[in-house]
Amino acid sequence: MESNQHLDNLAHIRSLMEKSTRFLSLSGLTGVAAGIYALIAAFIAWWYLDNPTVAATYSRLVHPLQLSGILTHYLFFVALAAATVALSLVTGILFTMRKASKRGETVWNKASKRMAINLMIPLAAGGLFCAQLINYGLPELVAPAMLIFYGLALINGSKYTLEDIRYLGLIEIALGILNLFLISYGLWFWAIGFGVMHIVYGVVMYYKYEA
Amino acid sequence: MISNLNKAFENRVRLGLMSLLMVNEQLDFNSIKEMLEITDGNLASHVTALEKAGYITIMKEFVGRKPQTSYKATAAGIKAFQEHLAALEKLIRKIN
Repeated sequence: MESNQHLDNLAHIRSLMEKSTRFLSLSGLTGVAAGIYALIAAFIAWWYLDNPTVAATYSRLVHPLQLSGILTHYLFFVALAAATVALSLVTGILFTMRKASKRGETVWNKASKRMAINLMIPLAAGGLFCAQLINYGLPELVAPAMLIFYGLALINGSKYTLEDIRYLGLIEIALGILNLFLISYGLWFWAIGFGVMHIVYGVVMYYKYEA
Repeated sequence: MISNLNKAFENRVRLGLMSLLMVNEQLDFNSIKEMLEITDGNLASHVTALEKAGYITIMKEFVGRKPQTSYKATAAGIKAFQEHLAALEKLIRKIN
């Protein structure tokens, strides 16, 4: 009887410590959705690169902007990436809000703020880095740089959310490094890292914590 | 049974409050209230008790133009809580 009470107290302490430092409401479905969007984006990018009529139609469409040829080309990828990130974020926040309300946790608390800030630091650095890679005419390096910085962001953020995210970060970094040695396969590595891995991880996390 | 359990931490709110302050350098009143799922008055009385024991310190600061009260565990509080935890674990091991 008394032992049960002590055990219960220890469990209470443990759960409070974890709840207050880690954001545990991150939904696995976020990963699945982000992965699907990334695969669609990779497919659109491939379609654009592989199909001259698609590229020509697009050029005519943005012609009023009066951009140079190469800028028109880059704008396509920047817009595609921005749309993918925006859609992933919105869907992710929705799934996470749903999981948080189920767990009786608030979405915007100290732990989630800490997680967001620690994710954002490497991501912002990576974003600027990639922008300059394009600026200097090194677009082949964008996919590996995105994978590596994203992996670093996940490792950094994993201290404040589900620990498993750390391993996804390591995988993303490994893919980025490998991509550096197989530089012409950027789109494939990007699709595996941001598409396939997100889906696989999302499903695993969903069954581990939510199902 | 003689044990090193600390009376100050017997109450569940105080136990929770100290747990939070062990892993967060400092926390504001509302965050604590939210995490422990208790009322203002309930939290306020336990905060006072722990402060009197010298286990936590209260800090008043301004966030923008709003005054905010935050709490921090003292060195004595951390040590006392660690001893309390060790005693809890020991008791459980003994009984099982």
